[in-house]
Amino acid sequence: MSSAANTLALELVDLQKSFGVTPIIRGVTLDVPLYERHAIIGPNGAGKSTLFHLISGRFPLTSGRVRLKGEDITGMPPYLINRRGLSRSFQVTNIFPRLSVYENIRCGVLWSLGYRYSFWHLVERLRDARERAELILEQIHLAHRRDVQAGLLSYAEQRALEIGITIASGADVIMLDEPTAGMSRSETEHAVALIRRVSEGKTLVVVEHDMSVVFDLADRISVLVYGEVIATDTPERIRANPAVQEAYLGTAAAPEHDHA
Amino acid sequence: MSLIGRYAPWIGAAVALIALPHVFSSGASLTMMSLMGFAIIFALSYNMLLGQTGMLSFGHAVYYGLGGFITAHALNVIGAGKLPVPLPLLPLVGGLAGLSFAILFGWVSTKRAGTVFAMISLGVGELVAACSLILRGFFGGEGGISTNRTATLQLFGYNFGPQIQVYYLIAAWCLVCAAAMYAFTRTPIGRMCNAVRDNPERAEYVGYSTQMVRYIAFCVSGLFAGVAGGLAAIHYEIVTASVVGAAPSGFVLLMTYIGGVAYFIGPIIGAVLMTALQISLSDYTGAWQLYVGLMFIVVVMYAPGGLAGLLLMHRPLARAGTLTRLLPSYGLAAVPALMVFAGAVLLIETSYHLLVQASEGPNIHALWISYDATSPAAWAGIVALLAIGFVAFRRTWPIVSNEWNEATLETRRRLGQ
Repeated sequence: MSSAANTLALELVDLQKSFGVTPIIRGVTLDVPLYERHAIIGPNGAGKSTLFHLISGRFPLTSGRVRLKGEDITGMPPYLINRRGLSRSFQVTNIFPRLSVYENIRCGVLWSLGYRYSFWHLVERLRDARERAELILEQIHLAHRRDVQAGLLSYAEQRALEIGITIASGADVIMLDEPTAGMSRSETEHAVALIRRVSEGKTLVVVEHDMSVVFDLADRISVLVYGEVIATDTPERIRANPAVQEAYLGTAAAPEHDHA
Repeated sequence: MSLIGRYAPWIGAAVALIALPHVFSSGASLTMMSLMGFAIIFALSYNMLLGQTGMLSFGHAVYYGLGGFITAHALNVIGAGKLPVPLPLLPLVGGLAGLSFAILFGWVSTKRAGTVFAMISLGVGELVAACSLILRGFFGGEGGISTNRTATLQLFGYNFGPQIQVYYLIAAWCLVCAAAMYAFTRTPIGRMCNAVRDNPERAEYVGYSTQMVRYIAFCVSGLFAGVAGGLAAIHYEIVTASVVGAAPSGFVLLMTYIGGVAYFIGPIIGAVLMTALQISLSDYTGAWQLYVGLMFIVVVMYAPGGLAGLLLMHRPLARAGTLTRLLPSYGLAAVPALMVFAGAVLLIETSYHLLVQASEGPNIHALWISYDATSPAAWAGIVALLAIGFVAFRRTWPIVSNEWNEATLETRRRLGQ
C-alpha cells in the first residue's frame, strides 16, 4: 500500500453501502492513479451517484475504506475531504442561487487560499481571491455574466458554474457527476472542452452517460452494474468486452438519464 | 467607488446621530431615540442569524437580556467598590456576557439548522426564562436588578445623569456596532454565512463546516445582542426578568422581518419604526399590539422583502427617472387603501371599546371622530367604508401594477439592459 500511495489518487477498498436491507453498493474495489481521467459508466440504478456520495463523504459507508492520495478519508465529513484536495460536482445543479456568479466562484476559492473563517479580512480587498475567481470565470466562459445572480443563469450556464465552483479550490482530484446531462450537442461539446481544459494535470473521475463523451475523454473506464464494478479497462478494451456489451452497451442505444 | 463615496453613508449617519437631539430636543424624543439606538443594534444582531445565515431564532432575547443583567451587576460592583471603570466601557461587559452565553448555548443549538435550530432556540429561551424565576439572586425576582449608572468613574466631567449624555453614549455604540456588523458581512466568514444560508450542502463541498459557520455567526450575533442589552440596562437603570422572555424574542423577530431581512438597512428601518410605534401607538390605543401583529401578517403576505424591500425596489426607477410616472397611479390607489385602513382602525377600536372598555360608556373617540359605539349607524358606516374601499382598491390595483410594469420596461431601456 505504501508504495502505491505515491501513485494513486484514489483507492476504494471493498466499498459497501446498504439503505436499510437493500444493498446499493456491493463491494467496489477500484484504484485511480494520479493524473488519470477515469469514467464510471453503468445502467440506471447501478449506484454511480451513490458511489460518488460515498467517496465524497455525503453518505456514511456500511463497510470498506476510501483513501485519497494514500490518506484514509473513510468517514470524514465532506469539508475535511474537500480540504484534502478532492472536489466534486453534482448531478442536480448545486450552486448558491442568491449569490452572484462571481461570488459563487469566490466561495469556492476562499478556504484553499487560507482565509478560512476569517473575520479580519475584507473580501473585496483580497487580491489573490479576486484574481483566482476571475481566472476561473474566464475558464468557464462566464466572465460576461459575472454580476448576475446565479439562480437566474440558463441551465447550461449553471452547469458550467457548477464545474467552476468544483475546480475553484484548485483541488487535484476532481469528481464530476454527469457534467453534460441535459445539454444540447453543442453545449456538450463546450462542456467536454472545458472539462478537458480544467482537468489538465489533475486526476478526474467522471460519471457520464453520453458514450461519445466517455470514449472521447477517459483514459480508463469502469463499468458499474448493480453496485459492482464488472470491468475496469481502456476505452477500446471496454468496448470489446463481451460482459460489458451484454450488461450495458447493448442497451446504450436508447438515450438514458438516470438519477441513481 | 471613491473612498469618500464608500464612507458617505456612515459619515451621514454620524452627522445625523449628532444632529438629531438638536432637532428633537424634548425629553420624550431623547428617550425614544435612545431606545431606537439599542433596538437597532439588537435587530441587526438578530439579522446576522435570520437574514445573513438563514437561522430562525425564537430565543435571541436570552443574549440581550443576560447582557443586560451582567452589565447591571457589573455597574453595581463598580459602584460599590468605587472601581475606576468609566461607563462608556460597560456595554462591552454586556457584549462579552452575550458572547459567553452564545458560546455556551450555541454549541448545542447550531449543530443543526432549520426547524431543529428554531426549536432548540425556543427551548433555551424557555430554560433561561424559567431560571429567571428560580435564581432570584442573579435575576432579582419580581423587582429585577436596579443599578445606578452615575456611580462610575467620570471622564471629562460627564456623569451620564442627563438623558442627553446617555443618548450620545448609545448613539456612539450604535454607530460602531452597525459599522462592525456591516464590515462582518464583507469578510470571508460573512460571505460564507450567505453561502450556508443559500445552500448548506454545497458549502461543505467548498471546504467549510456549516456547523462552524453557523456557530461563529451565532456567537458574533450574541456579542452584539449583549451590547444592546448592556445599553438598555444603562438606559433604564433596571433590568427585570421579562427581558429574557419570549416577548422580546418575538419582538426582535417582528422588527427585523418588517424592516426586511434581505437588506442590511432593513433591521434598522424596522427597529426605528417599531420602537416609534411601540411608544406612540400605545398612547393612543390599548390594542396597539394587535396593529403590530396585523402589520407583520401583511408584510409576510404581501411584502416579504419588508419595508426595505419595498423602498429599494424603487431605486432603479428613481435612477432612471421613471419614478414620477408611477406617482399618479400610487395616488389613485392610496385613496381606497386609506379607506380600508380607516375602516379597519375604526372596526378594531370600536370592538376594543365595546369588549374591553365597556364600563366607560358607549361613547368613543377614534380617528378624530366621536360616536356611539353601539349605534347601528356607526357600524353600517364602518362596514361601508371597508367594503367600498376594498372594492375600489381591487379596481385601482391593476392600474398600479400596469404602470409598474411599463415603468420597469422603460427603466430597463434607459439603463440599457
